[in-house]
Amino acid sequence: MNAMPPKIAAERPARKRRRLAPVLPFVLVFLVFVLVALLAPVIAPYEPNVQNLLGRLKPPGTVIRGITYALGSDELGRDLLSRLIYGARMSLAAAVLSVMLSGAVGSVLGMAAGYARGWVEVVVMRIVDIFLSVPAVLLAIITVAVLGPGFINVVLVLALTRWPRYARVAYGQTLSVANMPYVRLARFMGAGRLRILFVHILPNIVGPLTVVATLEFGLMVLFEASLSFLGLGVQPPTASWGAMLSVGRNYVSSAWWIATFPGVCLFLLVLSVNLIGDSLRDILDPKSRTRRTR
Amino acid sequence: MGRFFLRRLGQAAVAIFGVTTLVFFIQRLTGDPTLLLVPETATKADIEAMRHTLGLDRPLLVQYVGFLWDMLRFDLGRSFIQNVSVATIIGARLPYTLALAAGALFVAFAIGVPVGVVLAIRRGKLSSGGLMGMVLAAQSMPTFWSGILLIMIFAVWLGWLPPSGPGGFGHLIMPSVALGLLSMATFARITRTSILDELSKDYVRSARARGVPTRRLVFRHLLRNASIPVVSIAAIEISHLLAGAVVVETVFAWPGLGLLTIQSIVSRDFLVVQAIVLLGAFVTIGLNFLADILYSIIDPRIRLDGGPS
Repeated sequence: MNAMPPKIAAERPARKRRRLAPVLPFVLVFLVFVLVALLAPVIAPYEPNVQNLLGRLKPPGTVIRGITYALGSDELGRDLLSRLIYGARMSLAAAVLSVMLSGAVGSVLGMAAGYARGWVEVVVMRIVDIFLSVPAVLLAIITVAVLGPGFINVVLVLALTRWPRYARVAYGQTLSVANMPYVRLARFMGAGRLRILFVHILPNIVGPLTVVATLEFGLMVLFEASLSFLGLGVQPPTASWGAMLSVGRNYVSSAWWIATFPGVCLFLLVLSVNLIGDSLRDILDPKSRTRRTR
Repeated sequence: MGRFFLRRLGQAAVAIFGVTTLVFFIQRLTGDPTLLLVPETATKADIEAMRHTLGLDRPLLVQYVGFLWDMLRFDLGRSFIQNVSVATIIGARLPYTLALAAGALFVAFAIGVPVGVVLAIRRGKLSSGGLMGMVLAAQSMPTFWSGILLIMIFAVWLGWLPPSGPGGFGHLIMPSVALGLLSMATFARITRTSILDELSKDYVRSARARGVPTRRLVFRHLLRNASIPVVSIAAIEISHLLAGAVVVETVFAWPGLGLLTIQSIVSRDFLVVQAIVLLGAFVTIGLNFLADILYSIIDPRIRLDGGPS
């Protein structure tokens, strides 16, 4: 049965391109952040951690003894622009590493649970439940409180606390896909478990997983910033947007720029990631592109 | 249904046991939990004495059983820093966090779900594009930054609302909005996604072919089927709210459990941190349990009892 798709779900290629167009500027924004992070030592005007007590809390554009504070200076006279540039490194590195770790672990376990059912399902989903039972931020906080703060610990903690999110989505999606006629047919025709999981099921659940991964990428950027904001993440003097915001909060009325620029950076980075993820969904999820024929 | 209920209840009990075990082992990640409990100024003799008093020099298995026994009796211990029982400390702060979470959930649900429906039905239209932009903007706002901006705008510049601290309804508005924005975006996106999924199904096409008007289609057919993911996300979202409270309460100096968590980490009051994490976990387990029960009521097709299909 291959009926004409209903109007509301149809998406012709030309229209899809038009949907992609508004996202392109944000792809550019994201790439700029990536480049800035990669090239931080080259493009940063000054060392991010060098203090200049004569140049404390200077507004954007101030020039003192030949040092130009393009975006102002912080409470120790450090150049805000340079610290923002180095902060991009922290945010992106933490997010990339933790999403890759948690996504791979979570998806595989979730699919295995949803397809194998039986004891695999019970064990995996109980562990997922246990992890999801502790709000991730709290789990991260108690773990960091024990392990101590720092970049590596933050990445490990984020990855360890976030994999159940993928597992649950992969599990739920696999449950609904595993009983589809084409999967049953593949099984009757002698396809192996791995083949069914990765050839027949994965392509049909990769859309929701990608949406989760991109949402998670944005979330991981926010999590790293939150932990640093609370003083539990990357430690001073290393530049991190969250830690910069934490300082800026104390100077909201006297030095607005300290809390404003790191916030704008965080916002733009997370927004661009979310928008890219959203259009990825339209491309990757077959359900939203064309109507599935059964 | 009864069997499923009991089964699920058993699973919740297992989860509570699992979380307690998890926390017990996280405590011991560095090898010696005594160091978490003593002030930074403690001497070596102090640490030894403390280790013995707390029974941390006993075999691990004995400690573990003792820990489980304490938790079973709801004995959360006594704060060494404040010399008050942990339960008392938490009890004093709990109402603040509950009020904040309720406010945030209201903001999130009341805005998020209708927005999601509009986004799905008017997909591709200009109005939906603008709305989606707002949703994504809300989702991309770090709560601590939106909190700071809210303080800047509504407290410092306009002077409409109190900047921070505890107090009446006025004090609750900004923290609730800051906390609720992220969940609002999640509700809107999930509602949109699941309604879009429903829209591409056969029954919608037949209903349209029979001339069922869009409004009736949405309220009678789509919302019920699309509510499955929304319900399960709602349970997870409440636990996000509890966790997000840590940041929001810090920004607004709102004296709930979140602020208490950070204060306790700073003052090395580990038993309080541990109790809050366990409390958050138990609440989340309860919510997930409820969500699964609702799940099976809304959609009997989902057979969670593990039988062969």
